[in-house]
Amino acid sequence: MTRYALRRVGLSIIVVSGVMVLTFLISHVIPADPAVNWAGPHASASQIARARVILGLNRPVWSQILHYFSGILSGNWGISIRTHRSVLSDLMQAVPASLELVGAAIAIAVVVGIPLGLVSARYAVKFPDHFVRLFAVIGVSMPAFWLALILQLVFSRDLHWFPTAGEYNPVLAYAHPIPHITGIPLIDGLLRWDWPLVTSSLQHLVLPACVVASYPVGVVTRMVRAKVLEVSEETHSQMIRSLGFSERALLGRFSLRLAWSPVVQVLALVFAYSLANTFLVEAVFDWPGLGNYAAQSIETLDVPAIAGVTLFVAMVYVILNLLVDLAQALFDPRVLIS
Amino acid sequence: MLSAGVITVGALVLIAVFAPLLAPFPGDASVATHPFSVLQAPTWLHPFGTDEVGRDILSRVMYGARISPLIAVAVLLIATVVGVPLGLVAGYFGGVLDDVIMRVTDIFLAVPALLLALALSSVLTPTIGSTIAAISVTWWPWYARLVRGEAASIRGRRYIESCRALGIPRWRILWRHVLPNATTPVLVQMSLDFGTVILTASALSFLGLGVQDPSPDWGLMVSEGQAYFLTNWWLVTFPGLAILITALAFNILGDGLRDRLDPRHRMFQ
Repeated sequence: MTRYALRRVGLSIIVVSGVMVLTFLISHVIPADPAVNWAGPHASASQIARARVILGLNRPVWSQILHYFSGILSGNWGISIRTHRSVLSDLMQAVPASLELVGAAIAIAVVVGIPLGLVSARYAVKFPDHFVRLFAVIGVSMPAFWLALILQLVFSRDLHWFPTAGEYNPVLAYAHPIPHITGIPLIDGLLRWDWPLVTSSLQHLVLPACVVASYPVGVVTRMVRAKVLEVSEETHSQMIRSLGFSERALLGRFSLRLAWSPVVQVLALVFAYSLANTFLVEAVFDWPGLGNYAAQSIETLDVPAIAGVTLFVAMVYVILNLLVDLAQALFDPRVLIS
Repeated sequence: MLSAGVITVGALVLIAVFAPLLAPFPGDASVATHPFSVLQAPTWLHPFGTDEVGRDILSRVMYGARISPLIAVAVLLIATVVGVPLGLVAGYFGGVLDDVIMRVTDIFLAVPALLLALALSSVLTPTIGSTIAAISVTWWPWYARLVRGEAASIRGRRYIESCRALGIPRWRILWRHVLPNATTPVLVQMSLDFGTVILTASALSFLGLGVQDPSPDWGLMVSEGQAYFLTNWWLVTFPGLAILITALAFNILGDGLRDRLDPRHRMFQ
């Protein structure tokens, strides 16, 4: 087990280094002239030359890469051209909001997707199955930015059920100081029993979370359905049936436990996709997360920030995959053989 | 399932190919302004309404049906041309070559596709070519991995062993015997990926990093309509619906294809 863990950790380090090379290429090598980008559109020739020295572009490539790597490891991820602050501090500020959104979306996906998958498997080939399968495939094919706009139009502007934008009602900040422990208003409100904040956060969370959840719900539903159907064909399921258990008991008690493993595995993949999807959704709902930061950075072509976001999300993804693999090795020792 | 997918995709292809004949206002697909018909709600003359410069949205949506599948075809072509040979070589020969190629694919797969495509597009001048290039770069690793798995399992089979015993040169074994047997998962994956590439390309256009004005790309139309849509719902609804239906059609087609070709994934149809 330790050998497997060491190997996976070593692999993750290699992958992260590779991603750092990739982000270096994107921010320093591919752009036509990073110095012009840094100095701005109205810079004079001497300012551009000075920008070149600041960015280290006059040094050989290997020296630039070394400088870049040591910077990343020591916490210097560059200065954002747009906000003029350290990219890392910008990211740290934006992460809790995105975590809240993606966490809520995956929670919705699990709570909605697993029962739907079970229903679909139970009534396979009949009408409920077709309905759920259509629903799942629509979820997977949905353009997130479009769904965000439509939901905003229908539920916010027309029906007034939910607010249009933001993480919580900013008026609350006038009434009393907003607790700031984790940076996630919902959690902070719960920790301090600040009920107006909690209700406001929940209200603002519903629409964006539903949009981001569309893809995970589709994936989880299909996965649970496939796994449960596969399991119900196996020998032990026939044994359970012959012992007299109802089909419902078979699905609920025996098959569901086996469906967890692939669902957990796919959740890591889905997490990365959802994080990327939040880039489209946060801009629409003015949600102060990574996605909004990235969208604004793209608008102003803020290359250090874009590279920083890419690197950050890749790191999170690699760490998440590592954790999922290690957890799988704990639960299913057969994984260690490969 | 499969038939529904085939019919819808067929309809989409027909619309794309015959757009100049079907569209009521073909000129609106490119540079055009009609100041007297700006922002009109859907009527019989303009079934999908008009946009902020007066162009007919139905015509633009029809012409847009040419752009997304074109991008998807180009991306998947590049992804397979680059990824499949690498995967074959990695899977068949194994060893250090396999390790190196797999590490490289790991690195590319560590970044979510949309994010990497975004980052690349932001440093290139946005055109349809840069969109295709950016998405292809993020897409090929998956095909390399897929083919590598297939090639590695095919390598151990009896008929390959007898090929080697007969003295057939390695390149011929790869080309004539390994490759044809490794293509099924690739075809299935391609049909499934079509919808996802279309979604990714429209997301890039939505963010302004894909095809530019006056191209009637659906993602771009949603983005342009965003400023006005709370009072003019038709600007955003129809292009987005087109994206949804296209991606849906290709996904259903891909699912149906997978049910037919890959017995392990049989959905009990």
